[in-house]
Amino acid sequence: MKILKDLFKDYRFVVSFGILCFLLTLALLTFFSPYDPALWGEVPRDMPPSSEFLLGTNSKGQDVFWLSCFAVRNSLTVALIAGILSRVIAVTVGMVAGYKGGLTDRVLMFISDSLLVIPLFLIIVMLAMLVREMMNLLTLGLLLACFGWAWDARVIRSQILSLREREFTQTAILSGTGTLKLVLKEYMPFATPLVFSTLINNMAWSIGMEMTLAILGLTNLDIPTLGTMIQWAVSYQAMLLGYWWWILTPVILSVFLFVALYWLSVSISEYLDPRTRVQRVGA
Amino acid sequence: MNKTILKTDHLKAFYVLDVHGTQKVVKAVNDVNLDIQENEVYGIAGESGCGKTTLLKALVAAIEPPLRLMDGKILYQVNGKEIDVASLDQEAKRKLRWEYISYVPQGSMSVLNPVTKLKETYRDFIGSHVSGKSKDEAFEIAKEHLLDLGLPLKILDAYPHQLSGGMRQRVTIALATLLKPRIIIGDEPTTALDVVVQRGVVQLLKDIQGKLQNTIILVTHDMGVQANVADRVGIMYAGKIVEEAPTETIYGNPAHPYTQYLIDSLPKFGDKSTRKSVPGSPPDLGNLPSGCPFHPRCPHVMEICKQEMPGYTKLEPNHRVACWLVGEGERLS
Amino acid sequence: MEKLLEIDQLTKVFSFGSILSKIKLTAVDNISFDIKPAEIFALAGESGCGKSTTARMIMGFESPTSGQIIHSGTEVAKNEKVWFTQGIQAIFQDPFGTFNPLRTVDRYFFETVKNYKLAKNKTDAIKLIDAKLKAVGLSYEEFAGKYPSEFSGGQLQRISVARSLLTDPKLLIADEPVSMVDASLRMSIVNLFKELKENFGVSVLYITHDLATAYYVSDRIAIMFRGDIVEMGPVEQVLMEPKHPYTQLLRESIPEADPEKRWNYKIDLSELEYEEYMRKGCKFAGRCPQVMEICKAEMPQDTQVGKAFVKCHLYSESQKSQNEVI
Ligand SMILES: Nc1ncnc2c1ncn2[C@@H]1O[C@H](COP(=O)(O)OP(=O)(O)OP(=O)(O)O)[C@@H](O)[C@H]1O
Ligand SMILES: Nc1ncnc2c1ncn2[C@@H]1O[C@H](COP(=O)(O)OP(=O)(O)OP(=O)(O)O)[C@@H](O)[C@H]1O
Ligand code: SF4
Ligand SMILES: [Mg+2]
Ligand SMILES: [Mg+2]
Repeated sequence: MKILKDLFKDYRFVVSFGILCFLLTLALLTFFSPYDPALWGEVPRDMPPSSEFLLGTNSKGQDVFWLSCFAVRNSLTVALIAGILSRVIAVTVGMVAGYKGGLTDRVLMFISDSLLVIPLFLIIVMLAMLVREMMNLLTLGLLLACFGWAWDARVIRSQILSLREREFTQTAILSGTGTLKLVLKEYMPFATPLVFSTLINNMAWSIGMEMTLAILGLTNLDIPTLGTMIQWAVSYQAMLLGYWWWILTPVILSVFLFVALYWLSVSISEYLDPRTRVQRVGA
Repeated sequence: MNKTILKTDHLKAFYVLDVHGTQKVVKAVNDVNLDIQENEVYGIAGESGCGKTTLLKALVAAIEPPLRLMDGKILYQVNGKEIDVASLDQEAKRKLRWEYISYVPQGSMSVLNPVTKLKETYRDFIGSHVSGKSKDEAFEIAKEHLLDLGLPLKILDAYPHQLSGGMRQRVTIALATLLKPRIIIGDEPTTALDVVVQRGVVQLLKDIQGKLQNTIILVTHDMGVQANVADRVGIMYAGKIVEEAPTETIYGNPAHPYTQYLIDSLPKFGDKSTRKSVPGSPPDLGNLPSGCPFHPRCPHVMEICKQEMPGYTKLEPNHRVACWLVGEGERLS
Repeated sequence: MEKLLEIDQLTKVFSFGSILSKIKLTAVDNISFDIKPAEIFALAGESGCGKSTTARMIMGFESPTSGQIIHSGTEVAKNEKVWFTQGIQAIFQDPFGTFNPLRTVDRYFFETVKNYKLAKNKTDAIKLIDAKLKAVGLSYEEFAGKYPSEFSGGQLQRISVARSLLTDPKLLIADEPVSMVDASLRMSIVNLFKELKENFGVSVLYITHDLATAYYVSDRIAIMFRGDIVEMGPVEQVLMEPKHPYTQLLRESIPEADPEKRWNYKIDLSELEYEEYMRKGCKFAGRCPQVMEICKAEMPQDTQVGKAFVKCHLYSESQKSQNEVI
């Protein structure tokens, strides 16, 4: 609780937290949606915003407000799957490589280095084309997770390497603490700030990636996400035809989402920075 | 004639902590008056945890929460002007800290960045503190400085963990004296060193002091080092300077019971008889005893000691003691 | 007498530097010594002479390049956890580094109690912890729930001693345990070692730069220089009548706690550390006031002088006889 109290002193955190709460509410609203997002023609086409259709309707006969609620929910889901999974991989790889050292370290770092130097985007696009048939939120999340961990694993590894040389490692060993506990209890607190701030960054990256893939038409366009919404609006030439509500809604929501995630990551990582934290504990 | 370079006036710096909702105040620096002269070596000794490091932090204006400056002033004499440190902004403090004062913190051997080579550390340091000199030029100065200290240049290619504790400490000292500051503040700068190297570092500090005619404030537990370099020594107990005198007087004729214990506890060669440490345990600075903070451990304790903190009594013009045994005392400002 | 710990021709070589200029450094060079039960054995010497490395090898944190470490007559297995199997505990040089800054210090105590199964329940654990803290002049209330940053260096060091005492060790490896504490506390910590030795038969490997306390508390002492033990024997003899020129230099460099006896001349600082390590003959030859030709060419052997061993050509048989021949 104290953590939250401290964080709320930062306006960036307050703003981003507010936006995220708003977006989450939208996502939760989907459970009360009167329409099925997969169906077309449930409402009249191309209606501008009105009291009946808050944000108008699109050329497929869908309510833009409810559709965007689904889009926010699905985009966040993909981002969370990708973000959390890639954090798990990054932490595991980083800690194992850092603590074990030797051959394990070299193999793991070879893999992550390869991921860092190959042109990621092309690989993802190619893989997305390959698995297009079974593309859904989960596979998309998995796909993105597989490529988002390399850099962070490296950072965690170097952190562990330097922690291993510190004397408290020996104190813990002499206290009878086993390797697993040592890593989790002694080293994890140093890695958590990184994990949290990169989690958010990684979510932002995943949302961006999803949008790119969607606009390229590589994801399942029947599932509404921020990306697919834009893709549909563009392919129906919504802007040209003056259906601004159709295209602007997902664009503005995306901008909100990116800003919120960015500020959240900045304020949290500042808070969790081990250097300022050491001073703060006890404060 | 000596001139004051650094003065503190009833300095109080406390740690204000929030322990499970209740406020706790650790009185680490409690009403300290110092008057440090140009061109002198001022030694500070005292029990572990009595607030020496905190005092130094206050002196170099590195006061960050939970430490708070509660009261009093820290006045520097910079180029003929008196400057109140509290009035400076961050940038000015930072400048003062490196160009005018240099501070070798305690345990500084663990401050070196463990994942970069020392070369990088030096380069960063020079880059951020020396302006108007090209990097190469500055780097040459650093190399020369290292050689002056008798440190091999090869260490520049090493990582901190590859060096022994002693070597790391010397590297930090080298880093801190690079800019030829007017005041060098060292917190236990020689503790991790063997006696030969310690002697070398002390020799070096003295050399620097002789050349620059500057001031050294030296905190060290090692009463031998203190005896060897300090002109004056202040003995600190529970956040206060309880006795201050020229070095000869402190060793030859200590007046405060705590100082007497401290001098008596020093082991001597050729004498294996059991030496006692000060009885009792150090005071909890978050919960100080009433009156004189030494009274629970003092063999000469009197009724008044338990009630009132003694003021300073001047035994000689430059020997002041805060103890009821010695005199009534008066507040010196 | 039976030996608690025997070090036999222990060597540690580090290699580092870039691929092009690989540096090989023999941090510990073929040293042998032993520690008896209930004995305080001091190890002193130059900064960077390999004392900590020796201690780390004894604890199994570093594997020796060659040589043996024998605990109570049995050689330790590779990767043996000697703190569990041989009752070894350690305290370290830098009290600020001994505990994780992001965790409260009492965790280490409870973890030790749990991992070594020292108490049945939490109340017993607290009682045990409090008893050990009392032994070093602290109490449970003063320390519970606090982070390392809330203690001073000396307090942390005492806490560290208290933690190591939890398991009732047979051998305590103390790597410069007093370098960060004040004179009075120094006495109380070394007096604590004395008590541990006299009352509980604990041996201590006391690594230190403070020769005055080493003299005061230990039974025997070994002086190390650049990876070699150059002089070893009872403290009385080694420190009061030092034979090796390095020990003599060491002895002269101890600052006297007496402002009347200030140093009045300067000493030569060491040449490059690495170069001293690389020397073929006696590693002190570059700085030794009594250096002879043979010192630069040949490594001196251990020679018994009185009750001590000295590694110096000034005392070696071959040298004496050679001198006679010439
Ligand atoms: N960040 C902190 N929060 C709370 N209390 C602190 C903090 N830092 C130090 N203290 C307390 O303030 C007191 C003075 O600490 P300080 O480090 O100044 O002592 P010291 O005289 O330098 O001791 P040593 O000689 O052991 O280094 C101690 O009792 C310590 O517990
Ligand atoms: N991991 C390492 N890699 C390379 N060299 C090392 C490593 N650890 C130690 N050394 C080197 O080995 C030598 C001995 O180091 P050690 O830490 O044992 O010295 P020490 O006697 O404990 O010194 P001090 O008194 O300063 O603590 C030093 O020259 C050091 O630079
Ligand atoms: S004032 Fe009293 S208690 Fe304090 S040191 Fe003097 S005699 Fe002892
Ligand atoms: Mg201190
Ligand atoms: Mg060491």
